[in-house]
Amino acid sequence: MARAEADVAKSTGGVVKWIDDRFPLMETLRYHVTEYYASKNFNFWYVFGVLAFVVLIIQLLTGIFLTMNYKPSSAEAFASVEYIMRDVEWGWLIRYMHSTGASFFFVVVYLHMFRAMLYGSYKKPRELIWVIGMLIFFVLMAEAFAGYLLPWGQMSYWGAQVIISLFGAVPVVGDALVEFIKGDYAISDITLNRFFALHVILLPLLLVGLIFVHIVALHEVGSNNPDGIEIKENKDANGVPLDGVAFHPYHTSKDLVAIIIFLIIFSAVVFFAPEAGGYFLEHANFEPANVRVTPEHIAPVWYFTPFYAILRAVPSKAGGAALMAAAVLLPLFLPWLDKARVKSIRYRGWMYKSALTLFVISFVMLGWLGLQPAEGIYVTLTRVFTIVYFAYFVLMPYYTSIDKTKPVPNRVVYNA
Amino acid sequence: MLSARQIIALVTAAFLTTSAIAAGGADYPPSNIDRDNIQSLQRGAANFMNYCSGCHSAEYVRYNTIGKHLELSEQQLIDNLMFNAEKTFETINVNMPMDDAVTWFGAAPPDLTLTARSKSADYIYNFLKGFYIDEEQTHGVNNRWLAGTSMPHVLGELQGYQRAVYDEKVGEDGSVTRTFVEFEQAIPGQLDPEAYDEFVRDTTNFLAYIAEPVRSERRKLGVWVIMFLTLFGILAYMLKKEIWKDVK
Repeated sequence: MARAEADVAKSTGGVVKWIDDRFPLMETLRYHVTEYYASKNFNFWYVFGVLAFVVLIIQLLTGIFLTMNYKPSSAEAFASVEYIMRDVEWGWLIRYMHSTGASFFFVVVYLHMFRAMLYGSYKKPRELIWVIGMLIFFVLMAEAFAGYLLPWGQMSYWGAQVIISLFGAVPVVGDALVEFIKGDYAISDITLNRFFALHVILLPLLLVGLIFVHIVALHEVGSNNPDGIEIKENKDANGVPLDGVAFHPYHTSKDLVAIIIFLIIFSAVVFFAPEAGGYFLEHANFEPANVRVTPEHIAPVWYFTPFYAILRAVPSKAGGAALMAAAVLLPLFLPWLDKARVKSIRYRGWMYKSALTLFVISFVMLGWLGLQPAEGIYVTLTRVFTIVYFAYFVLMPYYTSIDKTKPVPNRVVYNA
Repeated sequence: MLSARQIIALVTAAFLTTSAIAAGGADYPPSNIDRDNIQSLQRGAANFMNYCSGCHSAEYVRYNTIGKHLELSEQQLIDNLMFNAEKTFETINVNMPMDDAVTWFGAAPPDLTLTARSKSADYIYNFLKGFYIDEEQTHGVNNRWLAGTSMPHVLGELQGYQRAVYDEKVGEDGSVTRTFVEFEQAIPGQLDPEAYDEFVRDTTNFLAYIAEPVRSERRKLGVWVIMFLTLFGILAYMLKKEIWKDVK
């Protein structure tokens, strides 16, 4: 309180005062930045939220410039991307940043989600932050999918063909739904146009809105930490959490280092391996979409392959699609599936540790299997890891309630 | 019992194994092109314009872009490369009507701007060396890397014609399995095998170049960007240390 009054006094008469009388500028800054306290013992895993925000900015900025030169028409889209790559000043850099950014968005978001699973960040009182986060993930998947059609290459076209046809598995309205999404009987210029609209307007708006709400919800309850302790339970005389340090300048200065390290890795890909061996930019996508020629091997981009593998684990299309939908939706319920009394993996027993390890292995293996042809040993492996993936969630209420946990200390573990 | 650290180690191990497996896969013998060799690229450009551009377009690449990167003046472009264009800003197009091409060859010759990216430089190199005599095909030749190709052996006068030698094995059920062993020269061409190899390598190099003309520029810029970020990172780290030194 004392500090807040001092700030108001300082700003008397200035531009800040003028604004503050009309808009809660300093109050907002204090609440979200200079007096937002987060635990001082954040580790490596706590940088991915900020990094996701950095990637979002990269995607929005490069996206705006791409839109200025891209032509959302089946006759011109492919050529306009090559025009950007060759004739637009710095177009190649903007385009590579955007295509690399898409993959890095998922790298960062997957690690951000894994962090929540490591330290129980989705548990009470942060359930809503997790749910909003999952909604962000769903929108991000839609955004990436819509964006992938836009270059109008072979993989754009045939990948979309496979994914859109999945909606045909919906009972009764399936076929009508597929037609509704395509806006035509086949993927065509019309489909490309509407995907462009979704990719540059609707989905980014939703994304930014949800991210805003995600952060507001986070700042309401406060950030979790690697010990899973509520730092607000130990405050000093001024009401400042004893284990917390202000977001600015402490966490911002730390995040800046993380951002730069991230940008170095990002630049290494953009400047030296923009195709990332065919994982970020698939080789077949350097051929224009051709309705008459199906590529030998259709595989989605790497970030969808864990779910694509689950889709193919079942011989029936409807069953596969239902299982895939379940695989995507299940993490949404983590806050209620996890019955453990402690949050952080540091104080959990061997059961949860083993379960999480198996889960991560199955997710990575499914990602790899989704890139392989669906035959022979790959199918068997896919089924095994699909079972492991689902077991993690379905059995969670059981193993987390009987798992032996360790006592949680009162204060966070921190070694300066 | 597993600590968080051990879990991370396991995950990393799983990821590395996965990418190692994923990186493998069927590959073509290497083309060994030298992408920074301007002379090779210039020769490749001439080869392409003389032997390929009659049928194959490269519709996304402009002559003046080639001139800029291959150190050729406007006059040199006009005299040596632009058989089918008036202005240096034009792209490489063909005059042959594509409908006729389908009648003549069975398929329209594909645009070659991005073939080095959609297939690979190694594929192009091997494809151009992979024609062999096969009387059953329309043009009397087949290709080891693209069976039943509708492309005639355009470079036949240079390479000559080769025959495929197979190792035949008769199985127990009487079926014959043929495995490719090597090519043997049947009709000599104007170039000896080494010279033809160089010819194909230069041409492949040029096709790899037009697939991404900015490649060399992007790599040069990348070095500076990463050097700057590293320096910035060191300063940021010192700042962080300074700010955090009172946190106990």
